[in-house]
Amino acid sequence: MIKTNENNEKIMMQTVLKAIIDGTSQVILGKQTQVKLSLACLLSGGHLLIEDLPGMGKTTLAHTLAQVLGLNFRRSQFTSDLLPADIIGVSVYDRATSAFQFHPGPVFTNVLLADEINRATPKTQSALLEAMEEQQITIDGETHALPKPFFVIATQNPKHHIGTFPLPESQLDRFLMRITLGYPDAQSERALLKSQAGRHSTTGALIKPVCDVNTLISLQHAVKNVHVSDQLLDYLQDLILYTRTQFSTGLSPRAGLGLRLCAQAWALLEGRDFVIPEDVQAVFASVVSHRLAAENSEIAKQILERVAIR
Amino acid sequence: MPKALLRNTLSSQHMYWLLASLALILAIHAPNLPIWVTASCGLFGAWRYFAVKQLLLMPNRWLLMLLSLLVGAAVLLSFKGQFGRDASLSLLVLMTVLKLLETRVIRDYVFMVMLAYFLIGNLFLFNQSMLTFALSIPPLILLTATLIHASLKSPQNWQFLLKLASKMLLQSVPVMLILFVLFPRIPGPLWGIPQDAYSGMTGLGDNLKFGNISNLTLNTSVAFRVQFKGNMPTNNQLYWRGPVLWHQNGNEWLMPSKRIGLRNEILATTGAVFDYTITLEPHNRNWLLLLDMPTLAPAGGNFTHDYSAVSNQPVRKRIRYTASSYPSYQLGVALGEREQVLSLQLTEGENPRAFELVKSWQSLSPEQKINKALQMFREQPFIYTLRPPILRENPIDEFLFNTKRGFCEHYATSFVYLMRATGVPARIVTGYQGGELNPNGNYLIVRQSDAHAWAEVWLQGRGWVRVDPTAAVSPERIEHGISEALRDSSELPLLARGDFPLLKKAFFNFDSINNSWNQWVLGYDDKKQLEFLNQLTGKKLGLSDLVFWMTGAIVLVMLATSYFLFRQVKAKLNPAQQLYQQYLRKLKRVNLQPTTGEGALNFASRAAQLLPSYQQQILQIASSYNALQYSEQSSDGVQPDMLKQLENLIMQLNIKKP
Repeated sequence: MIKTNENNEKIMMQTVLKAIIDGTSQVILGKQTQVKLSLACLLSGGHLLIEDLPGMGKTTLAHTLAQVLGLNFRRSQFTSDLLPADIIGVSVYDRATSAFQFHPGPVFTNVLLADEINRATPKTQSALLEAMEEQQITIDGETHALPKPFFVIATQNPKHHIGTFPLPESQLDRFLMRITLGYPDAQSERALLKSQAGRHSTTGALIKPVCDVNTLISLQHAVKNVHVSDQLLDYLQDLILYTRTQFSTGLSPRAGLGLRLCAQAWALLEGRDFVIPEDVQAVFASVVSHRLAAENSEIAKQILERVAIR
Repeated sequence: MPKALLRNTLSSQHMYWLLASLALILAIHAPNLPIWVTASCGLFGAWRYFAVKQLLLMPNRWLLMLLSLLVGAAVLLSFKGQFGRDASLSLLVLMTVLKLLETRVIRDYVFMVMLAYFLIGNLFLFNQSMLTFALSIPPLILLTATLIHASLKSPQNWQFLLKLASKMLLQSVPVMLILFVLFPRIPGPLWGIPQDAYSGMTGLGDNLKFGNISNLTLNTSVAFRVQFKGNMPTNNQLYWRGPVLWHQNGNEWLMPSKRIGLRNEILATTGAVFDYTITLEPHNRNWLLLLDMPTLAPAGGNFTHDYSAVSNQPVRKRIRYTASSYPSYQLGVALGEREQVLSLQLTEGENPRAFELVKSWQSLSPEQKINKALQMFREQPFIYTLRPPILRENPIDEFLFNTKRGFCEHYATSFVYLMRATGVPARIVTGYQGGELNPNGNYLIVRQSDAHAWAEVWLQGRGWVRVDPTAAVSPERIEHGISEALRDSSELPLLARGDFPLLKKAFFNFDSINNSWNQWVLGYDDKKQLEFLNQLTGKKLGLSDLVFWMTGAIVLVMLATSYFLFRQVKAKLNPAQQLYQQYLRKLKRVNLQPTTGEGALNFASRAAQLLPSYQQQILQIASSYNALQYSEQSSDGVQPDMLKQLENLIMQLNIKKP
């Protein structure tokens, strides 16, 4: 009886996951891998950094994901004159009550899209990153918890663009994944150009949420239950050790934990209840590239080609 | 090692390892090298060190060439053109260290390591003792670690390297033992060691001057060891006979020339006999020391006419011989005319006071004359000391009437002088007296410090009779050994003294181990080898048998090692992995192999694309294998059903070449 329940639950979960991916892929054409990666990142409870040139659909992806997941969504455009208070909120003196009243900023939401995060000054960046790490903010000695779940999807222009403040390594490490979207393939591009709606479709009512906060939390729970065998941990450790011996700064324990969690999420997306090396390899580049200060995923690929699976 | 790796440049870590190994080896070699060589090696080494630190530049080729020429010339000058063992070592060491200054890539580095191994081997050209062997082990480990360091792709800490090196050296011990036991020995040394290798050996000379023996007494190195079969003689019977000196020339006493053809003395023995085996340390002379009086010369030796045993060649390696001696004997009852002249010979016009003294003895019989002389030594204030005053003109007079302080050579020479002056034939015998019993192993250790000189006097009807004038001055010397005789023992080196019982005991333990080392490791020559193997196998073995057994044994060891290595690899694979290897072998037949880091699923998808007709089977095998390796059930233990399923799937997979 219990077994059937479990099976039913599994089937339901897979249906939901498929619906999320399909729903997002309807909008973001030909980018199923990136969609899956972003979803894996969110299912692992991590923050996502999307890095690409302007106009590649970064914002669209973030927006669509939030909508499909049925989450509160706030967007904040980062500029060089943005102040910390513009993100986290501000206390204002209220005459009626003769007390300071806290006015929450855009950070009080489930999904915060921090658009072009590297255009803001380091001070503002760090205010946000603190909120990301602590899942709460403290202002005037008062602590305010952020809603759960809380994700930051930040987008970033490549570093060499004018007027940017590149995120330091320590802050890059706060993002579980960094993905790039890249140009669409010819077929997707044609479909995109043909569609009358174009960009407007993302904001329209076309996208229906297929999920709610509770489902998402149970999905996150399911990710943690995906089995990781000792054999796989051997492989994970080999990978981590390899980066430590071959690079001046290797992967941190936090990165190792993140890698495991993402691989679990990927296995769940693949409909498996255990992790295989291919799951690790699928998320590897996105999880480690920005931590190894790599411009692209080439180095991650080379590492995977050099570390044998035991 | 791949060729490309050999051209890799060195890291500073590499250089530190190499420098440390060379420093250790040179430190152990230091006693074998002139000080200036050690100092310049240190200088060049420091230069390389600072070059690693980038505080100094490496020398260019011309400077290096100039330095090599200078160093070569310096070696030639320092050794005065004598190019033997010592000079060769100095040159080798200097050139090795200079090579450091042009070592930039791994290939040179490996070459340096090989040179350093050779330098360790060279230690045994100087000394083959157990201590040298023990000293050679730390540099061997360090050097092996250095070599391992060169072939590593990623850096490792020093504990790991040293551990691995020690482990590898330990693993080579079986092969080493096989080679030691079975490698065919060539009679005599494997290659000639240059002459100067023997210059440092000590022992009795072929002449006697004042100071000769007292100098030797300061040396505690072992002269020989004696193992008695049955009874042991008492201490005052332990006269070990060496060269017999007849010819007096001023201060010096010499052996008679062989050419004058003295007749062989006749020996008659009676009474008890002592059988014993002597292990003689090399001393670069011909004497084979034997207990007074031996009847038969040891194999490979002869008696001189006056019954000291000599070997045909200088003793340059440790030898063993057995002999029998009789403490009661009659030697040379008939004294020939020529012998009489020689045994009364004295340089004229010296030591007038001695002649004056013996004038009053003219009427006495020879026995009375002997007693008179001994009485004089006994009753007048003569002192037995290792530090006698220096004697210049008329030394016998000076000693007998003024200084009265002397060592055995003083007493023996002045006694013989007096005897000859008064017409009694007399000669000096040099050798060793006494010895120390090692309770562990029950053998006698005779050291250079036991060197002694005594007199033999010819008496009508009795032949040559031993008279030891030292016994008259210091009976303790003969009864109990030199440590008892010298009250002020600070004159003696530590080991020859009696006042450190614990040190003595430790030494005895060490010496019995050392003795076994000498017998079994260093003494394992061609004869002993065949003897040992014949005993072991019960058959008579030849040289070709040795080679056969040696090769066979080494092949056996290698086979055993590879078997264990293979098993280790196999044991590391779990059952699912072993099945997966089978599957990989099947795919290998159609040239499909997973790349490094390619998982089962990815490989299967790739293979399935190339082999569409087997697509389903291959993908099924991959998912079945993955489930066995990574699923939750697999962590609970072996899953026989799943394994069986995978096995069947793999069995059914029969790929035909397209």
